[in-house]
Amino acid sequence: MKFQISNFKFQMAGGLLLIGVLLAGCATVTKMTTGVLQATGTINQQQADSINRSAEAVEKTFKDITPEQEFYIGRSVAATLLTTYKPYENEAATHYLNVLGQTLALASDKPETFGGYHFIIMDTDEINAFAAPGGFVMVSRGLLRCCRNEDALAAVLAHEVGHVENQHGLKAIKGSRLTGALTILALEAGKNLGGQNLADVTKAFEGSITDITSSLVNKGYSSSLEYQADAAAVKILKRVGYNPAGLLDMLGQMKQRMPPGSAGFGKTHPDPQKRITEISAGLGDPAPLNEPAARQARFAAFLRSL
Amino acid sequence: MRRFVIVAAAGALGLAGAALAERMSVQVQDGQVRATPSFLGAVTAKLPYGAAVEAQAEQNGWIPVRTEAGQQGWMHKASLSKKKIVMTAGGAGATGASSDELALAGKGFNSDVEAQFKKQNPSVNFAAVDRMAKIKIAPQEMQQFLTAGSVKPAGGAK
Repeated sequence: MKFQISNFKFQMAGGLLLIGVLLAGCATVTKMTTGVLQATGTINQQQADSINRSAEAVEKTFKDITPEQEFYIGRSVAATLLTTYKPYENEAATHYLNVLGQTLALASDKPETFGGYHFIIMDTDEINAFAAPGGFVMVSRGLLRCCRNEDALAAVLAHEVGHVENQHGLKAIKGSRLTGALTILALEAGKNLGGQNLADVTKAFEGSITDITSSLVNKGYSSSLEYQADAAAVKILKRVGYNPAGLLDMLGQMKQRMPPGSAGFGKTHPDPQKRITEISAGLGDPAPLNEPAARQARFAAFLRSL
Repeated sequence: MRRFVIVAAAGALGLAGAALAERMSVQVQDGQVRATPSFLGAVTAKLPYGAAVEAQAEQNGWIPVRTEAGQQGWMHKASLSKKKIVMTAGGAGATGASSDELALAGKGFNSDVEAQFKKQNPSVNFAAVDRMAKIKIAPQEMQQFLTAGSVKPAGGAK
């Protein structure tokens, strides 16, 4: 993909920029620049002080990313993934997925994000799902087919919401990129980015998108983050009124259907049996899955449409 | 007598809450003020990103707010930030803000950066994301969906 090549260039350029910033002393450069901005009336004294203080705390982390920035990162991550994984065009199925998914999201610890939660089906048999920052959730037909009932589907979506609420995507961004990008941001706080600054921030942006997509597609998150998303899913399911046994049922199906060493979850997620063991430890003995007819019927119609 | 003490204590707490009102900023695109502390509550006011509200103490995730126009209602804590969101350069100054207290709207990774990214990667499927972002389900439809499917939390609705 093109942006990966340009990203490589950025790593070199960004590295030089970073070295430059470090040599110059980030806080010193910032103070000089905020002084100029202040003198020109672009920012006021208090804003200048604030920016100077923030530049002094050079320890930039994903926590410095605002919900608005998280939204833009998420949009580009989703757009990149949906270039490889084409959306499955079925309005009724997509609507059903969003009714269920957005309902579950409202019961999460982060019911509102900058742009809200949105769900889409990826047209692939691969067993896979992605949660891009800010709430863009993509689930493959292959994974949906591992669900035998609505409770299981709710579990899949709630797990992805769990990744969003815990900002796992942002955590995949390399710290060095944020140091670079957020330093430029601090320097250019009072005005719109233009020219070289816009180019530099865009390169840091591309780098961040690459970090997240490569985590989602190739490396996967650490097991502990997956277990955290499973725990969030159980919490959400209980709050809404779905049976968390749906998660175990879905993982059981995944275990049977996923060829060893396959792409998607086979590569990026802990073994389904390990997840079952981990979830069961906290769940005890859940009630058996026993869905009312209306719920079964609407889920069956959804599954048939895939 | 005991009841009186409890009522008096609650009253005192209420006053303390009012005294502790703090300024918060809307940190979502479509801020919604609701009549009751629930996503099913009627939306009584809509606030843009960065709008300031006067906030009282949180109650189970919901914050009683008063907008700058004087409307009162509830907003979910996820939609509000303690950071002051500065919309324009040279606007109302941050009051002794530290980095933890100040966010700059529209800065950093923003629509300009997305446009640059798009220009450099024209094949990337933003059309799909734009379609996705338009899908917004009304809380009433969610409620009907749950009722039709007999989905009920074991401990009763919250």
